[in-house]
Amino acid sequence: MTTPLIETKDIGKTYGSVIALSDVSTVVHAGEVTCVLGDNGAGKSTLIKILAGVHQHDEGSFQVEGEEIRFSSPREALDHGIATVYQDLAVVPLMSVWRNFFLGSEPTTALGFIDRKQGRAVTKKALSDMGIDLRDVEQPVGTLSGGERQCVAIARAVHFGAKVLILDEPTAALGVKQAGVVLKYVAQARDRGLGVVLITHNPHHAYPVANRFLLLKRGRALGSYEKDEIDIEELTRQMAGGAELEALAHELRAAEA
Amino acid sequence: MTVTAKAPPVSDERLSKPRVLDRLVVRPEIGAALGALLVFVFFSAATEQFLSLAGAATWLDDASTLGIMAVAVALLMIGGEFDLSAGVMTASTALVTAILSTQLGVNVWLALLISLAFALGVGALNGWLVMRTGLPSFIVTLGSFLALQGLNLGVTRLVTGSVQVSGMRDTAGYESAGYLFASTFPVFGQEFYVSIVWWVLFTAVAAILLVGTKFGNWIFAVGGAAMSSRAVGVPVLRTKVVLFMTTAFAAWLVGSINILRFTSVQANQGIGLEFQYIIAAVIGGCLLTGGFGSALGAAIGALIFGMARQGIVYANWNSDWFQLFLGVMLLSAVLVNNVLRRRAERVRR
Ligand SMILES: Nc1ncnc2c1ncn2[C@@H]1O[C@H](COP(=O)(O)OP(=O)(O)O)[C@@H](O)[C@H]1O
Ligand SMILES: [Mg+2]
Repeated sequence: MTTPLIETKDIGKTYGSVIALSDVSTVVHAGEVTCVLGDNGAGKSTLIKILAGVHQHDEGSFQVEGEEIRFSSPREALDHGIATVYQDLAVVPLMSVWRNFFLGSEPTTALGFIDRKQGRAVTKKALSDMGIDLRDVEQPVGTLSGGERQCVAIARAVHFGAKVLILDEPTAALGVKQAGVVLKYVAQARDRGLGVVLITHNPHHAYPVANRFLLLKRGRALGSYEKDEIDIEELTRQMAGGAELEALAHELRAAEA
Repeated sequence: MTVTAKAPPVSDERLSKPRVLDRLVVRPEIGAALGALLVFVFFSAATEQFLSLAGAATWLDDASTLGIMAVAVALLMIGGEFDLSAGVMTASTALVTAILSTQLGVNVWLALLISLAFALGVGALNGWLVMRTGLPSFIVTLGSFLALQGLNLGVTRLVTGSVQVSGMRDTAGYESAGYLFASTFPVFGQEFYVSIVWWVLFTAVAAILLVGTKFGNWIFAVGGAAMSSRAVGVPVLRTKVVLFMTTAFAAWLVGSINILRFTSVQANQGIGLEFQYIIAAVIGGCLLTGGFGSALGAAIGALIFGMARQGIVYANWNSDWFQLFLGVMLLSAVLVNNVLRRRAERVRR
């Protein structure tokens, strides 16, 4: 087995007195999708913010390609090939598509000025390589649909050679059709050999693209499954708290007896 | 518009006609340029002196120092922050230079350098405090505004026993420094102040920086969405601190121009000017919410200010009308900017 791109073991994080995450273990392999599922407040964002260098973990081990690591900034995570697309923070709405695409990695001419021509051309090419067809890369990103914005952000991560792509609820605010489009690009990034961490609270979005599932609840791992260990009904049932309800019923029966 | 998986067609049928207009409307300085033209034509027709060389020298001079500040403040506003201490800072820097050279006998050039270091220090402190505390820059710089105002008066009174410092004319280095900051140059026999050249230079550098460099891209980004920028590796803290320092630098430039031209400075100078800078920047197309605006626009905003202020004098009107004019300009600019923003930001699902 090859070294995973990312591996966490019993990782934990507290915000002051709030335990946002504890004892969570998972792996991300190249060319595979690890899906993190959980209700609101389950700690999904906290987990990926640690992976992305926005926050640091307080407990456990976090390894990138077999090396123990603690990122001090998103820049550092990016330099290790970990790119993150946040749900609401994917892009800067008032900036043009190509300026967004190159934000933080602007192409410059010999004199140090931004190379706009190259910027526009490369953006157009990279987007169409991903199958994204935009009419005009000079338009503000704010004029794109929610799905298109996510796609631009995904294409950007792929273009700049990310090894790991982290997506925080990319489909949460989208309609059915747009969500499908975004999932298609997720699959495309996976097929290009990236390791993907996909966060969602919709099992129907997760199941078709994922290779493994990590279920979170109140900061703890409720379960961790490979795709062949679980079917979508069971995943949905677990998400809805089915297992917990059963355990509760069991306890009640035991108490009665 | 939808996302499709096919390769883009050679000519895209979705590129509809209104695009040229859309593009034009997206340029933030268009409104200001039209306003400037209107004001120019109006006072040229309404008064004798306005359209003369002497007239132009006067209103350009009036616009120049305001313009330098407005451009710096515009960069800061595009970066998503305000600096209420910018006006008082023009007096602080002049005071530091004046006290050092008139009271302590320091060479003017050295005094200017020390004053510059002081300004950059205050700018960096402003930026660092805003970023460290996470408080709105409105509040933080209101604090530094009050602090500087107190220092200006307190220190001046302590050193000179009055509320002004004068006597720059007799200091070492006054001639050469004055040549750089406060001299005039002839154009068709009319003397123009060199501050106009500083204004044009400052605007040009800022405009090129803003649209042509990485750093300029970061300014728009940190003002438009700081967290998104950070997520893709933009150094948000450094960008904002440098912007506060740029405003302080501009205040130093204007303070130096003032002290070398007038050779004296009042300790209570500059108060209230910070709003004029913000107004000029807004008239020039800056959004109060950050992420959008133009350096050239802010310079044109200052030009409108200068032309209207002097035009009203030439027309022999009461200067009260200037305030009315300002109010109307500001309101219409904010309304136009708002429409522009909604166009650019409208979310389509
Ligand atoms: N910056 C923060 N400070 C304090 N508490 C936080 C912070 N971020 C998240 N939390 C808390 O941590 C828990 C997990 O949040 P989060 O990771 O955002 O969940 P999810 O993304 O699964 O909805 C929640 O109880 C939330 O209130
Ligand atoms: Mg979340």
